[in-house]
Amino acid sequence: MNCPSLTAEPWRLRSHPWFTALLLLLFLLALAFAPSAEAAKIGELSVNSVRTQALRFLSLQDPAVRYALAGSVLLGISCGLLGAFLVVRRLALVGDALSHAVLPGVAAGFLWSQTKDPVAIFIGAVIAGLLGTLVVEGIKQTTRLKEDAALGLVLAGFYAVGICLVTMIQRLPTGAKSGIDKFLFGQAAAIGPGDLKLMAAVAFVAIATVLAFYKELLVASFDPAFARSAGFPVRAIHYALMLLLAFAVVSALQAVGVVLVSAMLITPAAAAYLLTDRMHRMLLLAAGIGLVSGALGCFLSFLGSNLPTGPLMVLSGSTLFAGAFLFAPRHGVVTRWWLHRSRSGRIRRENTLKTVYRILEDRQFHGDGVTFRELAERRRETMEDAECQARELVRHNFASLHSVDRTILLTPDGRQRAVELVRNHRLWELYLTHAAHIPADHVHEDAERIEHVLGEDVVRELERRLNYADTDPHGRPIPTPNAVHAAGPSEPDRRPPAGYGR
Amino acid sequence: MIPTLAQFIPPFDVRSVLVDPWTTDFDSKGWIVLMGFLTSVACGWVGQHLLLRRMALMGDAISHSVLPGLATAFLVASFLFGGRDDAGHAARDSSVMLVGAIAAGWLTTLLIGLIHRHSRVKQDAAIGIVFATLFAIGVVLITLFADHVDLDADCVLYGEIGFVPFQQTLQLFGFELGPVPVARMAVVTILTVAGTLAFYKELVISSFDAGLATSLGIPAPTVHFLLMGWLAIVIVSAFESVGAILVIAMLIVPGATASLIASRLPTLFALIVLHSAISTVAGLHLALWLDCSIAGAMVVSGCILFTFAWTATVIRRARDHRHATLHSASTDTPSPASGPV
Repeated sequence: MNCPSLTAEPWRLRSHPWFTALLLLLFLLALAFAPSAEAAKIGELSVNSVRTQALRFLSLQDPAVRYALAGSVLLGISCGLLGAFLVVRRLALVGDALSHAVLPGVAAGFLWSQTKDPVAIFIGAVIAGLLGTLVVEGIKQTTRLKEDAALGLVLAGFYAVGICLVTMIQRLPTGAKSGIDKFLFGQAAAIGPGDLKLMAAVAFVAIATVLAFYKELLVASFDPAFARSAGFPVRAIHYALMLLLAFAVVSALQAVGVVLVSAMLITPAAAAYLLTDRMHRMLLLAAGIGLVSGALGCFLSFLGSNLPTGPLMVLSGSTLFAGAFLFAPRHGVVTRWWLHRSRSGRIRRENTLKTVYRILEDRQFHGDGVTFRELAERRRETMEDAECQARELVRHNFASLHSVDRTILLTPDGRQRAVELVRNHRLWELYLTHAAHIPADHVHEDAERIEHVLGEDVVRELERRLNYADTDPHGRPIPTPNAVHAAGPSEPDRRPPAGYGR
Repeated sequence: MIPTLAQFIPPFDVRSVLVDPWTTDFDSKGWIVLMGFLTSVACGWVGQHLLLRRMALMGDAISHSVLPGLATAFLVASFLFGGRDDAGHAARDSSVMLVGAIAAGWLTTLLIGLIHRHSRVKQDAAIGIVFATLFAIGVVLITLFADHVDLDADCVLYGEIGFVPFQQTLQLFGFELGPVPVARMAVVTILTVAGTLAFYKELVISSFDAGLATSLGIPAPTVHFLLMGWLAIVIVSAFESVGAILVIAMLIVPGATASLIASRLPTLFALIVLHSAISTVAGLHLALWLDCSIAGAMVVSGCILFTFAWTATVIRRARDHRHATLHSASTDTPSPASGPV
């Protein structure tokens, strides 16, 4: 709508959608910075090498590429799937703590096997992660520290132990230490066949568990008290979920890194949470978004020369999340704003229509044009606003403008809608005064709001209950849509309909 | 060649671990201890406010998001001012860091609020998404523009407190005041302590009861916003010595340990200083013995102190409980003297 009346109402501009839009713009700029920064780097690399790299990636000839891509896809699926449970249980930051807490386990596994043996690292990391969640529970139960403090303590404390171990390993004289630093930021190119087998196993276990115990997980996540009373082992389910999460985190470490793996748990699941209201669809969507962001991050890191994979996967996921945040069908910010705008536009239009009808009614429907001046005076607006509103009516085929004396003429559609609105309004007033015993001078505001949303069936029922009354509490006639108006002077002393006497 | 455990854990040499840092090596190790202590006190005091507000994980979020703030600020500065020069170098670096950090801190707070107010994503998930995204942007930036940004990935993860003594020294009116990072941290620490003491009432009331604070005329949202900005400043000053993630421990561990021991707020703040001193010194010795990351060892010794305090509370509670049950058991049996008359 390009009405000046929009700008004439400054409060509308200051209300949150615009402010939100501005902030979102900032956020998107921040997001856009990374790809553009990458473009700058790619420019240095020369376009040719980017194209060959892209071709090399897309043709999947290179086994290293195949391993990296398969690994990224698998980790995206298992992290997205399990992260969905974290997000709906409001445990998102437990995932964060868990993912930092595995570092000492990784280092210990590395030390134990002396190589980058995936199985030793996996076992060490899972043990450390589970120990971390147990310590969080212990701190919460035996001290007065709150959950945030407990999570922060475990996150940072375990991480510090891990950092000490990692620096000690790096000092060792053996050559085997290469690769431990890859666990911090992740490098998909470092995924080997052993890692891939492990990731496939984790993804398989995650999918199988979710399929087999879907009902238990669902009940324990959404209503733990009910689950307990129904005999589900809620604590066991919680720790089983933590175990699965530790598996997923550890399998993702190689490609995403310790620091950012929690984002692979949270971001796809949060995006899915915005897109749907059903848990099974959310699980599918979260796994899908995880898959896409894994593959995209892998691809992008392959384009650049020395880019770590983890941050790029996270950025791909965040971009998808930003898309969902803005444009999700029901919960997106822009979607809701657009809906709100079109709805308030309709309400404004209908109010204008009603005003035109009221002016006509006041002069007993003599003469059929309403001038802009009349409309402006009745709505206490300026002439420009009135003209703009009138054009809006014309645009929606509710009225036409008389070309010579510039008056508003209602079309049959417009008259029909206006009659419906006025009838809704007055029926509702009557209903409130009679059924709810609200004084007649208090019912207008409520009717003013509800007239736009009353449906056909409700109106029928109201009419029936009110005995097809034809006058509202203020003595004005209640019009019926199909009757041509021959409204005479109103009869203020008319009795209320039978059956509604006090 | 497989290293043995003895190779991994060096022998404990009393002289090099315990004596040398305070005698022959004091010139360098002294600065490290001072830096660690100042960082720990500043972080601990700010972190105590976070703990009171149950927002410890905002510290987590901001400490990660400071990275892109720093990287962007350094990039902009290097494009604006050209190559590095030595004149005014330290002051410029500090101000650039300051601006980047505050911007990042406030951006994080705003984005988290934006996501969890305007969608049905809960606050915890919003924190997780925002800090990971910003941190990822930061890592990509410092990887791509390694030659323009004076940061590297290792510094982000471990911090480089060991290099503090070798940094350029700050000279003021002809006096050598010490390495620049230490001087900067000292200013921040003094301001933190002074600010907490000066605005003690406002901070405490708005942490415990935002409604009461507003009715007393203290603008609780503004206090929150300023605290977040100050948190970003403290984090960025601690950043190059302890790194992005260990700083979370510096924020939370001292306050958490203190609140297990005492419950009066002034005592808590005093205990935080004590905790900082012990963990810094113990951490230095630990790091010298094991030859590992000094900042990591300081945090580990802080966590060991927390574990002691935790164990002590658990034991004391168990004893109190046993005592109480014994006591109530003895009073439950009616004694002839105290029966109803």
